[in-house]
Amino acid sequence: MYSEKVMDHFMNPRNQGEITDADGVGEVGNPTCGDIMRIFLTIRDNIVTDVKFQTFGCGAAVASSSMATELIKGKTLEEAWEVSNKAVAEALEGLPPIKMHCSVLAEEGIHKAINDYRIKHGLEPWEEKNPHSHDHHGHEDETCSS
Amino acid sequence: MTAERIVYMDHSATTATDPAVVDAMAPWFSKGYGNPSSLYSIARESKKAVEVARNQVAAALGAKPDEIYFTSGGTEADNWAIKGVVSANHKKGNHIITCAIEHHAVLHTCEYLEKQGFSVTYLPVDETGQVRISDLKAAITDQTILVTIMFANNEIGTIEPIAEIGKVCRERGVYFHTDAVQAIGNVTIDVEAMNIDLLSLSAHKFYGPKGIGALYIRKGVRIDNLLHGGGQERRKRAGTENIPGIVGLGLAIERAIARMEEQNKRVSALRDRLLKEILKTIPNTRLNGHPTERLPGNINVSFDFIEGESMLLLLDHFGICASTGSACTSGSLEPSHVLLAIGLPAETAHGSLRLTLGAENTEDDVTYVLEQLNKVVIRLREMSPLYADHKKRSCNV
Repeated sequence: MYSEKVMDHFMNPRNQGEITDADGVGEVGNPTCGDIMRIFLTIRDNIVTDVKFQTFGCGAAVASSSMATELIKGKTLEEAWEVSNKAVAEALEGLPPIKMHCSVLAEEGIHKAINDYRIKHGLEPWEEKNPHSHDHHGHEDETCSS
Repeated sequence: MTAERIVYMDHSATTATDPAVVDAMAPWFSKGYGNPSSLYSIARESKKAVEVARNQVAAALGAKPDEIYFTSGGTEADNWAIKGVVSANHKKGNHIITCAIEHHAVLHTCEYLEKQGFSVTYLPVDETGQVRISDLKAAITDQTILVTIMFANNEIGTIEPIAEIGKVCRERGVYFHTDAVQAIGNVTIDVEAMNIDLLSLSAHKFYGPKGIGALYIRKGVRIDNLLHGGGQERRKRAGTENIPGIVGLGLAIERAIARMEEQNKRVSALRDRLLKEILKTIPNTRLNGHPTERLPGNINVSFDFIEGESMLLLLDHFGICASTGSACTSGSLEPSHVLLAIGLPAETAHGSLRLTLGAENTEDDVTYVLEQLNKVVIRLREMSPLYADHKKRSCNV
């Protein structure tokens, strides 16, 4: 059901771990829904010089975290902010429809981590598209949201 | 990448067809292909083969051969039992009793009937997964026409107090159906002694072929047909008989019953060793289901801080076939209704793993699974923010 790319990032996750003195940390998801993502950023001169993640979740959640961290490494904060869930899913050569929310989670995790940094530095947080949402696409009988 | 070694521990999902069963089925495809409804001799052979199988199934259940009806599997048998009984008895009442942890073949059928105007009571279960007899007694009203409670649960392996349920139903004059799909070949069943009126079974759960099952209907039970058409199965189940399947089912159930005692002893010993070692070597792990009243091959455990689908993917990488109650594999967002019904918080249900052992598993398999499972759990916990928080909490204590 998963692409080779997803399996590669699941089996060999990039940037897994914790940055203890991170400049920005973002956490999204909740255990009831079965996925939590935590993103740690090191930022120097407006550039993401290091990024790590911790994820509790399915294969797609782990692969999305791994890919998203790869996509923002070395980018300016403005560029990192623009990395969309679609970009994450495309870089993974697609996700099953029911797993698209995992890529949304990755995008939101990055946004939260960047805003955490901005707030800590006395800057206005940028507007998050769906703050605190946990958007499972395509399910009418939505019961798992936070 | 394909693992070098395959260890199959998902026998509650399905089993490999016994080679002896395959051999017995083979002639009925291209040689004994006659339609039992026809008059010529090859058709008579087919008809005879069906009756041999009917006797084999009846013997396994303590039933009479004319109380056995072949179906396309467990799902059809469940649908027929429930829809057929309520349809034939709706003038007597409109109330059905079932329980919260039934298979979807029963639950979704009951939900469908609710939409048709029937009223359904979903009995809760205790933390081990068993229905309480007092709850059942309290739920039966003068409107109740059917009680349907599974013999043994497919996820947590809990065996229900079927004889007691049967006794209550008989005393109160209510029909009792049981989905015994998981129980056949694992638990002794006697429809007479247990006061069972209807029982569903499916061949592929006990080393028979897929696509064939049966419904036991006690003589005298008022039931309407589910499928309408030809006059097969004594005018109760239309459709040309699946002769190879029926032959396979008959032999598979006979063999399952014949080796039950010996196999249960062997499989439960393997299961007990695996379970004991999992609980001993992997911290923050719990057993789901009943400590003793459970199917001999069933293990259902929850590992804190990790999610089931990622566990299955890694186990599959090492060639281990298992299953989980996490939402992430089911195509829905909710974790297993069974694990929620026994009171597990959603996150614990997401971290559940079901290993169901069977005929071909060995001591070596147990050793291998233990070794790989330990690695998999450690690897996923190292990745988990919940585990990171847990470690920090325990350091601060």
